[in-house]
Amino acid sequence: MPPSIADSFAPILSATAITKRFAGLVAVDGMSLALGRGEMLGLVGPNGAGKTTLFNLLAGSLTPDAGAIHLAGAEVSREGASRRIARGLGRTFQIPRPFPAMSVMDNMLVGAQGQTGERLGAGLFAPLRTRRDERAAREQAAALLAFVSLTHLANEPARVLSGGQRKLLELARLLMADPTVLLLDEPAAGVNPALMDTIAARIADINANGVSVLLIEHNIELIRALCPRVVVMASGRLLAEGPAEAVLAQPDVVAAYLGEAV
Amino acid sequence: MEFVAYATFFGTVALSYALITLGLNVQWGQTGLFNVGVAAFVAVGAYTSAILTTPATEGRIGGFDLPLPVGWLAAAAAAALLANLVAWLTIRLRADYLAITTFGVAVAVQLAVLNLTPLTGGPFGITFIPRPFGAWASDPALFGFANLALVAATVLAVYAVLECLARSPWGRILRAVREDETAAEALGKSPRRLRIQAFTVGGAVMGLAGAVQAHFVGFIAPENFLPTLTFQVWAMLIVGGSGNNRGAILGAVLVWAIWAASGALIGAVVPAELQARAASLQIVMIGLALCAILLWRPGGLLPDRPRRPRAR
Repeated sequence: MPPSIADSFAPILSATAITKRFAGLVAVDGMSLALGRGEMLGLVGPNGAGKTTLFNLLAGSLTPDAGAIHLAGAEVSREGASRRIARGLGRTFQIPRPFPAMSVMDNMLVGAQGQTGERLGAGLFAPLRTRRDERAAREQAAALLAFVSLTHLANEPARVLSGGQRKLLELARLLMADPTVLLLDEPAAGVNPALMDTIAARIADINANGVSVLLIEHNIELIRALCPRVVVMASGRLLAEGPAEAVLAQPDVVAAYLGEAV
Repeated sequence: MEFVAYATFFGTVALSYALITLGLNVQWGQTGLFNVGVAAFVAVGAYTSAILTTPATEGRIGGFDLPLPVGWLAAAAAAALLANLVAWLTIRLRADYLAITTFGVAVAVQLAVLNLTPLTGGPFGITFIPRPFGAWASDPALFGFANLALVAATVLAVYAVLECLARSPWGRILRAVREDETAAEALGKSPRRLRIQAFTVGGAVMGLAGAVQAHFVGFIAPENFLPTLTFQVWAMLIVGGSGNNRGAILGAVLVWAIWAASGALIGAVVPAELQARAASLQIVMIGLALCAILLWRPGGLLPDRPRRPRAR
């Protein structure tokens, strides 16, 4: 059962009136947004609306010029991306970013958090704990690779993966960190229809397990299928917000898409 | 007999270069740090050990006459310290900007050892650096073999440690930073911390290598640490295979073989009055080898391939 909008009162992730400027361009202009616990929220808007910039601000890759970001009750506006994932916030990229020369399995293992062996010299001085953590991470990675149907490619370098497989790998790699909030940037863009169904089904499974998801997507069908609630951005601002069906039928939302995009 | 003597000499020098190349492999091969100041870290290691282990000399500070292992450890520590400092100072610099800065560091270090005459002997360098197994010097074959064995054991030990680090999760996240810093950071890794650590570890190995060379030759001067050294080591790593520790060793031996063979050839073929100029052909030969590798085997002779899990 997806939670109703009323459950979203104590959001797990929120942005309050945040602004980001690049030289003369105001990419995000006093935007506010709240993601409820366990919610799957869609973020739509024409190209150039500032969605990805907003994502980068939420994920910590960019720092806002004004406004505040709260994650699980803590203000995190100035924390970097690597700190936010420690708090349970994970993000994928619009264009997937696998580590191309590393095997699919090694890509997965980089996603594991708090590995003893990632400290310099731990492999030499704490071999038992390193091995124990490594074994646990490999088991988790194997299970997640099976979840996204990439088991047969585990030992191949990630550069051989297709665009859709890269998206699945990135999703699975992120799940290695056991995130409680996921920011997914166009997970279905450029993916063949068969793989798209797999990706959509996996995102629904992840959400059903209690992970809150914020989803940027141009594929309106996918948004309708997955997201009970939708936020629309245009020119860096909030244009509309509410139940998906109602919002996506609003004339100004349709105009923003058809009038400015394409 | 002469051939054996030459072979041990060749092997010792080649393996000392292999050590430097292993250090660069941690920085560039595994982490993608564009260090063009290799000579600086080798120089700091060489001078540190030389100053600590030589007997007291009139007119020069230092000459502490300390045991050789102390000199070698101090060489690694001093170069690690410099590398750590450089890494902190250049933390925001990437690729070509990092290259320019590290090149500047190398020039600065070279000029410093050239002009700090009371400490480094200035242009005359430091002589009478104690040689390992010096007591056996009267038997050149035994002496040569002992030195080769010591350098080979050092390379093996450093290789074993670096290989263990490369295979550990730490090595894995170094490669992740090399491949895509933004993605690594999004997965909770700290590229800053990893870059500093890799630069420091690589610097320590280069410093140790500098000490090994200094003690093997018995004499160092500022002209041993010109940018040519950095170029040679880069050629060695690229020819052998960036990111692969075995490739680093193989590349060092091969490139040194090209260097030594072309030097010998020039000595034999070119008339005496032209030899000084013809020596530049050695660098040309290495440049040609580099071009050939980049054209036909861009990953090097032993490329960095994803590791397959061992069968259990």
